[in-house]
Amino acid sequence: MEMTGARILMECLLEQGVDTIFGYPGGTILNVYDEMYNYGEKVRHILTAHEQGACHAADGYARSTGKVGVCFATSGPGSTNLVTGIATAYLDSSPIVCITCNVSTDLIGKDSFQEVDITGVTMPITKCNFLVRSIEELADVVREAFAIARSGRPGPVLIDIPKNITAQKTEFVSLPRKEHGGTGRLGELMKRATLDFKPAKPDENDIEKLVQMFKESRKPMLICGGGVVRARAQEEMEALADRMDAPVAITVMGGGGFHGRNPLTTGMIGMHGSQASNMAVDACDLLVAIGCRFSDRVALKPDSFARNAKIVQIDIDRSEINKNVRTDHHIVGDARQVLRALLDRLPDQMYHPEWKQYVFSFKTETEYDEVQGRLTPWQVLSCVARILPQDTIVSTDVGQHQMWAIQHFHFDYPGQLLTSGGFGTMGFGLGAAIGAQVSHPDKCVVHITGDGSFRMNLNELATEQYYQLPIIHVVFNNGTLGMVRQWQTLIYNKHYSQTTLDRAPDFVKLADAFGLSGKRVTNEAELECALHEALSCGHGYIIDCAIDMDEMVRPMVGGGSHITQFMIN
Amino acid sequence: MNEQIRRTLSVLVDNEAGVLSRVARLFSGKGYNIESLAVGTTDDPAVSRITIEVVTLEDQANLLCNQLRKLVCVHSVKILVPEHAIRRELVLIKVFCSAAEKRNEILQIANIFRASIIDVSKSSITLAVIGDETKTTAIEGLLSEFGILELVRTGTVALERGLYTIDEQTKEKGEFDYGKNVLREGL
Repeated sequence: MEMTGARILMECLLEQGVDTIFGYPGGTILNVYDEMYNYGEKVRHILTAHEQGACHAADGYARSTGKVGVCFATSGPGSTNLVTGIATAYLDSSPIVCITCNVSTDLIGKDSFQEVDITGVTMPITKCNFLVRSIEELADVVREAFAIARSGRPGPVLIDIPKNITAQKTEFVSLPRKEHGGTGRLGELMKRATLDFKPAKPDENDIEKLVQMFKESRKPMLICGGGVVRARAQEEMEALADRMDAPVAITVMGGGGFHGRNPLTTGMIGMHGSQASNMAVDACDLLVAIGCRFSDRVALKPDSFARNAKIVQIDIDRSEINKNVRTDHHIVGDARQVLRALLDRLPDQMYHPEWKQYVFSFKTETEYDEVQGRLTPWQVLSCVARILPQDTIVSTDVGQHQMWAIQHFHFDYPGQLLTSGGFGTMGFGLGAAIGAQVSHPDKCVVHITGDGSFRMNLNELATEQYYQLPIIHVVFNNGTLGMVRQWQTLIYNKHYSQTTLDRAPDFVKLADAFGLSGKRVTNEAELECALHEALSCGHGYIIDCAIDMDEMVRPMVGGGSHITQFMIN
Repeated sequence: MNEQIRRTLSVLVDNEAGVLSRVARLFSGKGYNIESLAVGTTDDPAVSRITIEVVTLEDQANLLCNQLRKLVCVHSVKILVPEHAIRRELVLIKVFCSAAEKRNEILQIANIFRASIIDVSKSSITLAVIGDETKTTAIEGLLSEFGILELVRTGTVALERGLYTIDEQTKEKGEFDYGKNVLREGL
């Protein structure tokens, strides 16, 4: 059937099972939005306040559901507003497809109104991007984009469609997703890949070698990274840890990949990792990292990282092997498939009581002091954990509150924690919470944030109000950029340069202005009361928690230092 | 082995707009200066071959290859080891020459290096010489005495010796293509 480009695009989204689009219209994408008018019953569009919010929401949708998130933006500023969101998704391997429209092909390259070379801009932060050059290739490109976004190591893909192509017409036949590999560009790509096609399952000899290493190890240790979360491999991860009787450290991105309450977990690892994790990684004789790229926040000093251990890296991305840390063995493959293959071959139950006794003689969680008369971050988090349902989805922004939250909460399943680990994007949390709440209307979504991060993108409160999303915002309001202040205290001679945020807004009045509720709390009783109110009110709720500005995230290892050289305990 | 030397990477890519930019970006993003670059279509018009030379460590070169292989537009990548590869570059050199005896001297040098004379004017000679950089640098040194007016290099192109091609032995247990192979899974 002959269709316009705009309609083909919408039909292609339906082929992919897209049920939600986050976006913002504009001049060049008008044809698409006009067509969307006819698809209202099949696809829900969430109009955000800013394209960055739309991109973070699509990312939050993708991370919490495991499906591909979709966002729309117009040309020029609309598309460049996506950039931070795309980079956030890229660094954390989150599958999103961003669709932007550009000026018509005859205007491209003439510095036309709202024109920008967005494929050029986003080249380093996308898995792949496309400028659609003709109506005939549109359907092919969309199918390829979705396949690329979700396959292998997931990531963002951008499609830029000139406006005139959205109005042109061509024949289009809808195909079920399973048949896409047999046609068009994707078909060509598949043929090319199959030239050297090896089954995606991991190499047997590699698995056998790792089995031997496990057998020989007296002090095995596992790291659960973001790859476990992306592969939804928590069951396999737990089975491996139990059978090998090995302690498991969890990275920031790995939160939810391994049950936070499992007695084998040593908690977070790295710069703000627990003593148990950091001491164990230094003492172990075999370190198996699953879906972890040894970022500079985990392997702070690559040369001495796990210096007594044979390091084994299991990752889906070949280019991550030996990138940051030299490994002794590696297996390239999807975390779930590798772990399953490993579990088939591993010997029966192993026991390492002495090793565990050593590891768990260190603290797995930071014990913070109780302080009378004021609200402490851990009081806030304990209260939140106690009162909100256990399966609450937690989104965070970036800074002290993020580290406290990840240290304190015990995540049970992949997709429960939404946080910007790699790119460290302040202002990510609200958009991500919107994406999660839209896709999980029956779940409680809590947005843990700081006053600095919250202020960055709080325009999306309007989106939250309009779509009646009952997100609970817990603002750690210390009147400062806490994490930067912590560094200034510890490293920069207490020169608090430009970090004090003694300024507007009043978050309670702000809640009111956006049609939400809010309360400022200064003690635990008030906080409990506010949380109960937030749970029952049925709309968004901001809890403004007054925190002391000199609270610190503990422990802390300085950047570039050996992992056990704690700057503060 | 792991020393900073000039290494030759051969890359098969889609012959499409933007591909060179994607490949070059990977080098510039890591702070590499591309010492030499040659691009052209292969016997298959849909496929181009890029030959890139960079000064780098061995493990960094491997890392670059792995990252190149991740690009959807890249078909295959191979590091060409000098001992097992033939490398050639075409250099055009325009030399100042106004006297007949100078011209004879230049012609003799050209003969020795099997360079061809492709243009002559009253006061200049342009030579084309093909070879690897030791040869082209040598002739450049000799001709510099006469005064080189202009010099241009095509960039090195290279192939492996013998039957070997870029499509063989490029895989480490097939894993490099992993990201592409699992497209099947992604559908």
